[in-house]
Amino acid sequence: MRTLLEKYPRSAEYLLDILHDLQDAQPKRYLTPEALRAAAEHVGAPLSDVVGTATFYSMFSLKPRGRRIIRVCESPPCLLMGAETLLDVLRRHLGVEAGGTTSDGAFTLESTSCLGVCGVAPAMMIDEELYGNLTAERVTAIIDRLRRDDATR
Amino acid sequence: MRLARTHVLVSVNDEALLAGVRDVERALRAALAERGLGEEVQVIETGDPGIAGHGVVLVVHSDGVVYGRVAVSDVRENVDEHMVKGRPVRRLRIAGRSATTTALAERPRIVLRNCGVIDPESLDEAIAAGAYEGIAHVIETGMSPANLIALVKQSGLRGRGGAGFPTGMKWGFTAPGEVKYIICNADEGEPGTFKDRLILEGDPHRLLEGILLAGFAVGATKGYVYIRGEYALSIHRMQKAIDDARAAGLLGDAILGSSFSFDVEVKKGAGAYVCGEETALIESIEGKRGYPRLKPPYPGAVGLWARPTVVNNVETLANVPPIVVRGAEWFRSFGTASCPGTKVYTILGHVEVPGLVEVEMGTPLRRIIWEYGGGVRGGKRFKAALIGGAAGGFVDESQLDVAMDFDGLKEYAGVLGSGAILVVDEDASIVELLHGILRFFRHESCGQCAPCRTGTAALVQLSDAIRTGKAGPGDVDRLVDIARTMQATSLCPLGQSLILPVKSAVERFRSEFRTASA
Repeated sequence: MRTLLEKYPRSAEYLLDILHDLQDAQPKRYLTPEALRAAAEHVGAPLSDVVGTATFYSMFSLKPRGRRIIRVCESPPCLLMGAETLLDVLRRHLGVEAGGTTSDGAFTLESTSCLGVCGVAPAMMIDEELYGNLTAERVTAIIDRLRRDDATR
Repeated sequence: MRLARTHVLVSVNDEALLAGVRDVERALRAALAERGLGEEVQVIETGDPGIAGHGVVLVVHSDGVVYGRVAVSDVRENVDEHMVKGRPVRRLRIAGRSATTTALAERPRIVLRNCGVIDPESLDEAIAAGAYEGIAHVIETGMSPANLIALVKQSGLRGRGGAGFPTGMKWGFTAPGEVKYIICNADEGEPGTFKDRLILEGDPHRLLEGILLAGFAVGATKGYVYIRGEYALSIHRMQKAIDDARAAGLLGDAILGSSFSFDVEVKKGAGAYVCGEETALIESIEGKRGYPRLKPPYPGAVGLWARPTVVNNVETLANVPPIVVRGAEWFRSFGTASCPGTKVYTILGHVEVPGLVEVEMGTPLRRIIWEYGGGVRGGKRFKAALIGGAAGGFVDESQLDVAMDFDGLKEYAGVLGSGAILVVDEDASIVELLHGILRFFRHESCGQCAPCRTGTAALVQLSDAIRTGKAGPGDVDRLVDIARTMQATSLCPLGQSLILPVKSAVERFRSEFRTASA
């Protein structure tokens, strides 16, 4: 954690970058209390400010999450093209509600606002990979493929 | 640069990545090497070709052949026929098959001129295509900052982020001070909008030059590009452009040997729609919650770290370099008298060819949807278009001839906004769509001011009652009432602009809003 923090000048200007990095470095993809304290100390801000910032942005989590994070676009263009169904399909297929993590810790299901790939709506993002022109069949196929990939790794 | 007989441009953008462009590119390189054409035919990665909705797109130069929806299984045929025998594969060509691509050649392209033509990760190619000519011109001719501002004022360039405020005037209003900042707002979160992403991915040096010119004009020493956290490829390409430009002496101390010193940094957002509002964005760079500030004071007087700050949209800044090189008169030869230049639109929803298009300001909506978007999908009837993103207004069939610029839409109480055009066919429900929009705003309301925090929640409740048939008499009017109260009392445009979708949906599609007594 220390070497990661040393990359950044001790200024609140780098707080978002620091929080991104700390979260990415955590296997459970969240900001631990220790990480938040370290970030606060590094930029010289009260812990309450840092927690305030971290809880404002949807890409940060203060709860442990799955190894992969699924973000289903819920913006109006995707809704018009059937995103609501996708979220239902994923809920059933994974057995979790939006915001929840599967019991094996493989996936966290989240919804997100516009991903900016509306030309291929409805769309979702799994970690940094984008998937578009989705149908119920494609969504379940993608999840099953990722599960198989992870099992053989 | 190595000379090659033929260049194959591979568009690598998010949509192409979805369609498996990496596999196609690998197969293409392998097939060329196998045929001994590895030296003769050069494969180059570029940004978006400006014709979205075609999967993997390859452009072959100097033949000018455009291929779409190319799959790995097509590569061998393509190489054998076109690269070896010189016969383009007709089945894969998209020119001539869709209105979008035939119209492509005739369209004026200002901001997207290099997108899909150059390798966005190569400074050399950007320079060969004219990048940094503007800043070089300013420095060589000894143009003063005041004259640069005057030039941008003369060009009539207006902010492309949504509000349409004259750019030169905004620069001119910047308060004096030792330390000033330029912020490029690349927090493109307006639903249905991805024009800025294509500029960031396709021609980052043009944007960087625009930021430099803005910095020179107002006397700033530091610039920021605030890119939303979800745009991984944009962040990567912008960072690469900055690193390369700095290494070449185009950023940093004494740029091109002048007394002008300026540097630029990328800031990665973390998922908050409201940060697209300029003062919320400033708070976010300062490491805080993205709460909008009260205005005035405006950022031009009190901005980042309380210093004078100019916040400009990506598309706005991308227009500046060609204005400097080719002049205000040239720019004014496009578009309308009050809104010169072009506008990049994204066309989405129930259209044949979703994607984006750069056309002159003032182009009629009907032409954009039918000529460039290919019309309503599946031969269905047009019902409505939502213009300007979620915070935009609905237009109906009778308004299709509206001239698309900042002023034309005012006639219909609409806004050009971000330039998103969401087409809705006869089978879709406006009530459901509005409900989706309201839910979006409830989620994205930052919660700082009460009218927006409670107003968005109340609107969702009401619209849910309406769509499930549980609404009482007067509930539809109450929707408009609440939105109007929010317009009058909310702190920032997020709460203020909900009146647009609510009022236009209710007024133009009243019959769809049923209440129990009706």
